[in-house]
Amino acid sequence: MTLNMLKAGCAATVKKIHSTNAERRRMVDLGILPGTRIENVMPSPLGDPIAYRVRSAVIALRSEQAELIEIEE
Amino acid sequence: MTTQATAINDCGGCASGCNTAHLTKLGIKTGDWDYVVALAGNPNTGKSTIFNRLTGLHQHVGNWAGKTVTRAEGAFTLNEKKYKLVDLPGTYSLLSTSVDEEIARDFVLFGKPDVTIVVADATRLERNLNLVLQILEITDRAVVALNLIDEARRNDLTIDERALARDLGVPVVPMSARRGEGVDELLSAIEQVAGGGFPARPHRVKYADAELETAVETLATQLRSEFDDLPNARWVALRLLEGDESIINAVQTKILGTVKAVNIFPPLVQLESR
Repeated sequence: MTLNMLKAGCAATVKKIHSTNAERRRMVDLGILPGTRIENVMPSPLGDPIAYRVRSAVIALRSEQAELIEIEE
Repeated sequence: MTTQATAINDCGGCASGCNTAHLTKLGIKTGDWDYVVALAGNPNTGKSTIFNRLTGLHQHVGNWAGKTVTRAEGAFTLNEKKYKLVDLPGTYSLLSTSVDEEIARDFVLFGKPDVTIVVADATRLERNLNLVLQILEITDRAVVALNLIDEARRNDLTIDERALARDLGVPVVPMSARRGEGVDELLSAIEQVAGGGFPARPHRVKYADAELETAVETLATQLRSEFDDLPNARWVALRLLEGDESIINAVQTKILGTVKAVNIFPPLVQLESR
């Protein structure tokens, strides 16, 4: 399952980031790496992007970015 | 000297040995300087508040939206030494993905600041440590300003700053720039690090792989001979091996290492044409 499928209010653990180079680097810099807990806190009015809580900070990700993040419950 | 008088008031009438008593805020009158101090940190950690505290300026700094680049420089004197303070755009990483992050990175890497203050948000320390470790990888003249400590306390967070300083190998100053708390301690730390009085032993990430180590050293040696006096050749070598396009481009066009403290930011036109 990927992050974009995570329902509002639910949390999961990051399993893998399916990206390389700059995009992966960016996510890791924001604190998203395998083993990190991530929670869907709030969708934007149009449903994309979605605000996620990572390491006590809230970050918005577009669904195309969230799709690259594999998660497990 | 009205500025000095204000500073004494700020410090709540403490003993004459305290630093804010010897602080003169010079605003934008930078002129000549003894030391260059860079302010780096994640976005929204209070870099500009610290900047204003030390320089006496009141500008709303730090708005680096998209490609609009506004630099903020100020100065102060402390115990007869003059410091130029450069406020950098907020960044999550030195491995940049945007123009504003590149500016912060280039200055820390090649501008050779005498001291780099890394401002960290005490309430979100874990995510802030990423940048702290990256900066410690390229300089040992750093001070960690653990800002928003009042917020952290309000959220029942206690931070063992002495253990943190020991682990990181650089001074860690808990502070609340907004309330003027810890400014004195920050000034002491800046002074000590600038004057070489602090024996820094920064925490460094080790690359255990022998093959990688050989590759890095070979490349770094070549870089040093190509670019005279290039600081952080090892860091550049690692980025080249990683395939970082902005660094590869900087090496190819030979603009690498041309960033100097005197002329930190490239002209706006140049930025826009990238």
